[in-house]
Amino acid sequence: MKAVYLLAPLAPLAGAILAGLFGRALGRAGAHTVTIVGVLASFVASCWILADVLQGNTFNGSVYTWLTSSGVRLEIGFLIDRLSALMMVVVTFVSLMVHVYTIGYMAEDPGYQRFFAYISLFTFSMLMLVMANNFLQLFFGWEAVGLVSYLLIGFWYTRPTAIHANLKAFLVNRVGDFGFILGIGLVLAHFGSLDYTQVFGQAPALAGRTIEVLPGSGWLLLSVICICLFIGAMGKSAQFPLHVWLPDSMEGPTPISALIHAATMVTAGIFMVARMAPLYELSPTARSVVLVIGGITALSMALVALTQYDIKRVIAYSTLSQLGYMTVALGASAYSVAIFHLMTHAFFKALLFLGAGSVIIALHHEQDMRRMGGLSRTMPITYWTVLIGAISSVGIPGFAGFFSKDLIIEAARHAMIPGAGFAYVSVLLCVFVTAAYTFRMVFMAFHGLPRFDAAHPPHESPKVVTVPLVLLAIPSVFAGWLVGDFADVGSPWTFVAHGLVSPPFWLALAGIVVAYVLYRLRTDLPKRIAMRLGPLYAVVERKYGFDELYAWLFGAGARMLGTGLWKAGDQTFIDGLAVNGSARVVGWFSALASLLQSGMIYRYASAMLLGVVLMTYWFLGT
Amino acid sequence: MPLLSLAIWVPVAAALLVLAAGGDRNAPLQRAIALAGAVLGFVVTIPLYAGFETGVAGMQFVELRPWIEAFNVNYHLGVDGISVLFLLLNSFITILVVIAGWSVIESRVGQYYASFLMLSGVMNGVFSALDGVLFYVFFEATLIPMFIIIGVWGGPNRVYAAVKFFLYTLFGSLLMLVAVLYLYGKSGGSFAVLDWHKLPLSLAAQKWLFFGFLFAFAVKVPMWPVHTWLPDAHVEAPTGGSVVLAAIMLKLGAYGFVRFSLPILPDASRDLAWLMIALSLVAVVYIGLVALVQTDMKRLIAYSSVSHMGFVTLGFFVFNTWGVEGALVQMISHGFVSAALFLCVGVLYDRMHSRMITDYGGVVNTMPKFAALMMLFAMANSGLPATSGFVGEFMVIMGAMQKNFWLAFAAATTLVFGAAYTLWMYKRVMFGAVANARVAALKDLEPRETLVLGLLAVAVLFMGVYPLPFTEVMHASVDELLRHVAQPKL
Repeated sequence: MKAVYLLAPLAPLAGAILAGLFGRALGRAGAHTVTIVGVLASFVASCWILADVLQGNTFNGSVYTWLTSSGVRLEIGFLIDRLSALMMVVVTFVSLMVHVYTIGYMAEDPGYQRFFAYISLFTFSMLMLVMANNFLQLFFGWEAVGLVSYLLIGFWYTRPTAIHANLKAFLVNRVGDFGFILGIGLVLAHFGSLDYTQVFGQAPALAGRTIEVLPGSGWLLLSVICICLFIGAMGKSAQFPLHVWLPDSMEGPTPISALIHAATMVTAGIFMVARMAPLYELSPTARSVVLVIGGITALSMALVALTQYDIKRVIAYSTLSQLGYMTVALGASAYSVAIFHLMTHAFFKALLFLGAGSVIIALHHEQDMRRMGGLSRTMPITYWTVLIGAISSVGIPGFAGFFSKDLIIEAARHAMIPGAGFAYVSVLLCVFVTAAYTFRMVFMAFHGLPRFDAAHPPHESPKVVTVPLVLLAIPSVFAGWLVGDFADVGSPWTFVAHGLVSPPFWLALAGIVVAYVLYRLRTDLPKRIAMRLGPLYAVVERKYGFDELYAWLFGAGARMLGTGLWKAGDQTFIDGLAVNGSARVVGWFSALASLLQSGMIYRYASAMLLGVVLMTYWFLGT
Repeated sequence: MPLLSLAIWVPVAAALLVLAAGGDRNAPLQRAIALAGAVLGFVVTIPLYAGFETGVAGMQFVELRPWIEAFNVNYHLGVDGISVLFLLLNSFITILVVIAGWSVIESRVGQYYASFLMLSGVMNGVFSALDGVLFYVFFEATLIPMFIIIGVWGGPNRVYAAVKFFLYTLFGSLLMLVAVLYLYGKSGGSFAVLDWHKLPLSLAAQKWLFFGFLFAFAVKVPMWPVHTWLPDAHVEAPTGGSVVLAAIMLKLGAYGFVRFSLPILPDASRDLAWLMIALSLVAVVYIGLVALVQTDMKRLIAYSSVSHMGFVTLGFFVFNTWGVEGALVQMISHGFVSAALFLCVGVLYDRMHSRMITDYGGVVNTMPKFAALMMLFAMANSGLPATSGFVGEFMVIMGAMQKNFWLAFAAATTLVFGAAYTLWMYKRVMFGAVANARVAALKDLEPRETLVLGLLAVAVLFMGVYPLPFTEVMHASVDELLRHVAQPKL
């Protein structure tokens, strides 16, 4: 094993530990220096590893044995191949940008050192996740990123909304993990190993095996495994109906919305399914489920984005929708395309979030787009970089998002399994909606008349904020040209040329035009349309009521059940009838209690001891 | 060196010395003796691990001397891979309890420490006794110090709690005594537990005996539905009492299952496994929900203990290596995590004299160091990977899955319930704006408290990141146990 493999995850961990435990001694500058150095080292190491992998040097091996039981060795180990190396570069690059950006964004915050410790810890966890060569370590990383996400959503822990959101995020993710761990359990029970190579190697031989989940009905083992694992992915990657936590996660500081809740952590589910491709390929049923869930998520969440006014929430719903795209790609067996979109999305979405963050600090923590407007003149760098992110996100040919999104639409069109037709229609319509909500945001925030408080005019953000924006804008344009696989179509140019004459491009243009008409020309129209649509609009605006449903069903429901079991079961039945109710026991109680109240506790205790001895003797004697 | 005898009698001797040091006037001396005794008690258990032969299934460090020759009762001690770690855990926790009570306990200091040291020695005796009578005596003897601890240093309702605790457990163990005596007769006059392992018994006899032992052990664990003494006992017990109760005493019952029920009564165990599994799963799910709605922190953690111990009994009765080893790991991890959580409540209680969740809110603002440590323990209680809490739960779920999908399904609900009740409590107590003037006046951890919680944090993290040293010693003995349980002995 090469030392650089260890360097990549451990450098951010070291930074996190230093900033976390010795933050006060290090001071603010010290804390951001050690963490940035750590993440920079990790980024350089990741680039080196990727270059090395592209030369054909892959690695699969163990670091140490975590546990042995039943003759199975569970290890901490790395699998370094194209997929993991690419993910490492994306994660460390975005993380580095966010680290630098944070210097500006969190400059005023008393929890400065803590914040750097958290985001470095996150980088470590995410790297362990993507570098894993086995299911166990994957789950480790999986839960660790969930923990850091929990800590960061609740970073401003005095805000009631933040600490509600982080608990919600953790618990919804736990529902996903519940499925995930069952999947892992099935893998271990039937494959006798949790090592990727061994499991994937045996998978074809077990393709026909069925298990009896419900009595009398045999289910294909691999389908059950893949669906269980996918439930985990639905939690982490916020797929319908476990999507509810992601919009609320915007309660956290904006840098982490970019890093964790857009670019990296939420894509862990996508990464996981892509990693498990050898298993999913053997289960068309599971892939159908994946396709349908992805299709539902993509379109339904994009529609919600149209109705939101909080700029971060608009981007959050956009993230949900884009994750739906990636999920559709997975279901259509286009795993590399899913990862491609994951990567381009990481760049343009991190850019959009950081751009939004730049606006938010310039406006003194104002997030409502109704109180923005006209910022393109005062914040030119932010404006132009956000515009690039928006165009990339909409998928205008030539920009990064175009390449990956178009490939997903193509993949959905060509998929043959049940659910593919639905998914195709969904992602195609979604192009229109995406363009509409993205440019609605651009027009509302940056164009038109200023609607913010004129007493505090905004300024362009400092360099530590704008430089990361520019650096993220570059791959948002070019990443598609460099990384895409154009073997089927010839060259990127032919792909772009083809893109210009295909329906998604025209749908995107139509979306932008609609946004222009509604939010630049006839700004009175959106309200009237909303009025006309009435209840339909209300349902979308209320996010289809899932928050209320879950709060009622699981929140109140579980508490009611718990109270019922406690009062009726423990207190009334067990204690009331069985324990205290027995007259004899009550008699004993009062007798003993009176003894105790006389203060003769030692006498009583020795009497008991004597009693035990005598009783023993008596029993033995007979 | 008779290491096991030292592990038992060093703390007991220290207890006597503490008592001999006089009354509260000599409290500083008594504390010093107690600490020295506790540390020495831990030191003598280290060679048990260091010198343990990992490949050997049978008993090690065996000591055998006649005790009551008329009845063939022997002073017979020994440990195997199943029991050895509990002596270390117990002795380790005793040190923490001594430090934790250092400046908190001000009246009857000597008696307080003597009770804990006595208890520690006696519990080491339970884990190493290989003679039925010796085991019974040690098992019962644990009741007395704990009864005193709750009854003297406990809360306002301590008498009810102490008596409930005492009667519950005493009633259970009397049935065990009958079972022990039956085995004595049946084996032709032997109290040697290892002889009983080989004793052929009819299925009917095995079942009667199984229930005899079941009551004793189930009450101690405690299993649903004989768990209701535990929340009361915890709520009234002083912090140290809760720590020892949760960390060690509950394990006595679970240990009984693997030392007595499974190997002596394998056919009954297999026949009644469904019942045990059902009760365990009820504990996980039902108690998980009940824990959610508790308003008293200690009561909540007590219910959480019942739920976590459900994993232990579940693991034992799925009869595979993952399950049994996972259960043992869970027992050790729960020793660390529950101890830590009760200590955390103790830290708050010492300052605010309230255990009610609603009296708190925003503690993180005034006690950031404490909040960070408690976050770690809350996460461990929720079974987060890289903490000890994950290892056992994970292994037991794996073991359950080998037996049946739905068993694993029910067990895995703890991922949601455990996180829900623990983190919801954490949220209400720690997060938010400062709730009231008393919270605003809170002082962060003293060095003494930091030391105790810090040691547990290291243990929790170490076991989560590198559990291999814990499971390595178990393999041979657990494999032997499972082989033994698989064979009929009718």
